[in-house]
Amino acid sequence: MSDADIDPHGEVTVDRLALADEFAGAGAAGEGAVASADVAEYALRLGDDALVLAQQLGMWIARAPELEEDVALGNIALDLLGHARSLLHYAGTESGRSEDDLAYWRDEPDWRNAWIFEQPNGDFAHTIARQFFVATYLFELYGDLSSSTDPTLAAIAAKSMKEVDYHRDHATQWVLRLAGGTDESRRRMITAVADTWPYVDELFHDDELVERLASDGVAVLPSSLRERFDEIVDQVLAEAEIELPTGRTAFIASGGGRRGRHTEHLGPLLAEMQVLARQHPGASW
Amino acid sequence: MVTAAVAAASIARPIPDDPAALRAWQVAATVTDPEVPVLTIEDLGVLRSVEVGDDGAVRVQLTPTYSGCPALDAMRDDVVLALTHAGYADVEVSLVLAPAWTTDWMSDAGKAKLRRYGIQAPTGKAAVRGSGPVRLQLAVKCPRCDSLNTRELARFGSTSCKALYECRDCLEPFDYFKVL
Repeated sequence: MSDADIDPHGEVTVDRLALADEFAGAGAAGEGAVASADVAEYALRLGDDALVLAQQLGMWIARAPELEEDVALGNIALDLLGHARSLLHYAGTESGRSEDDLAYWRDEPDWRNAWIFEQPNGDFAHTIARQFFVATYLFELYGDLSSSTDPTLAAIAAKSMKEVDYHRDHATQWVLRLAGGTDESRRRMITAVADTWPYVDELFHDDELVERLASDGVAVLPSSLRERFDEIVDQVLAEAEIELPTGRTAFIASGGGRRGRHTEHLGPLLAEMQVLARQHPGASW
Repeated sequence: MVTAAVAAASIARPIPDDPAALRAWQVAATVTDPEVPVLTIEDLGVLRSVEVGDDGAVRVQLTPTYSGCPALDAMRDDVVLALTHAGYADVEVSLVLAPAWTTDWMSDAGKAKLRRYGIQAPTGKAAVRGSGPVRLQLAVKCPRCDSLNTRELARFGSTSCKALYECRDCLEPFDYFKVL
């Protein structure tokens, strides 16, 4: 057969050629980069944040207020799923588990996402408030993490930051539109910001793990992002003429999602996400 | 300036010098993006490296356009198939994330093909972090009538990499490949 006859799409058969199920090597360090226990735990936190949010946003497809938003939220979910895959793949190198294994075969107490990511979609304004806070946080986080001393984390962060920039822009535009729209859209946006705000503090909470990793330049101290986050939030909410909520914080008593303690919303979300893989273990399509 | 231009081109298309690797590169470079079939992975800048070992084993690295882009899995499979058909028995494709892909790597030939296909190519260069929060959005030209009198209908379009635009002169909607 000459080169001219090559038609890759015409020749795809499962029998003739076994294709690898998962890409090897998640980043700059390439194949064989293995995370230490601490780095794996950190990557798991970031990966779980992204995966839980991707699952939530996927639920909007065919339910958003307009077709363009079905597509936008679906695309944002897809970006987040990509971040989650890279991060979970890297986290799994420590224990020898695959990204699918980590996504489908861990129960609620083993998940490390922060609470804000598992809060229900609510109405469209609630989804936008959550998007606005987390995209603003993630943009700053990934920006700093792109100079991590861990080359794999740095590579994932540099890639993710560019995409999160679009997510932040999308959420900001909607906060302004809803706040400046009808009386009803404004009322809903104000309620959503107030309801979501108590979950913001957890994102900026330092604990022993991040302190250890940050001292080696591997992780970013969450508290170091707070000032920049507040500055952007203040600016957007001022333009939206929404008063910044004060005070309340939701998680301190239990230690929050980073320790595997979750609100009542994570369980049902995982059940839906994991049911197919658990009913048909090892299935592929 | 010449040196800088050469360096930029080598980042976008790191074509190997080694003759054996170059032959394998040329085979891998024929693979197209399943969602934008006029563009090859070489035009896109997605093909990052090709090496051929003494034992004939081929090692290929690809980088994703967007992190979650499902087309990458198809491109990976197509690279394996193209090289297998060309006689390479041992082919392995891996993923590399750094340096992060940018639309700045798209070749001029690729951009021209994209426009003929009806998708406007990225307009302007990707922003560099630290250059401020304001993104400078240049006017996007209609790929059909070349009018600059267009407007964005939706920032997120039919695939991760595209936005949906409308031309106010010829009144046709069109896809725009977003700057990343």
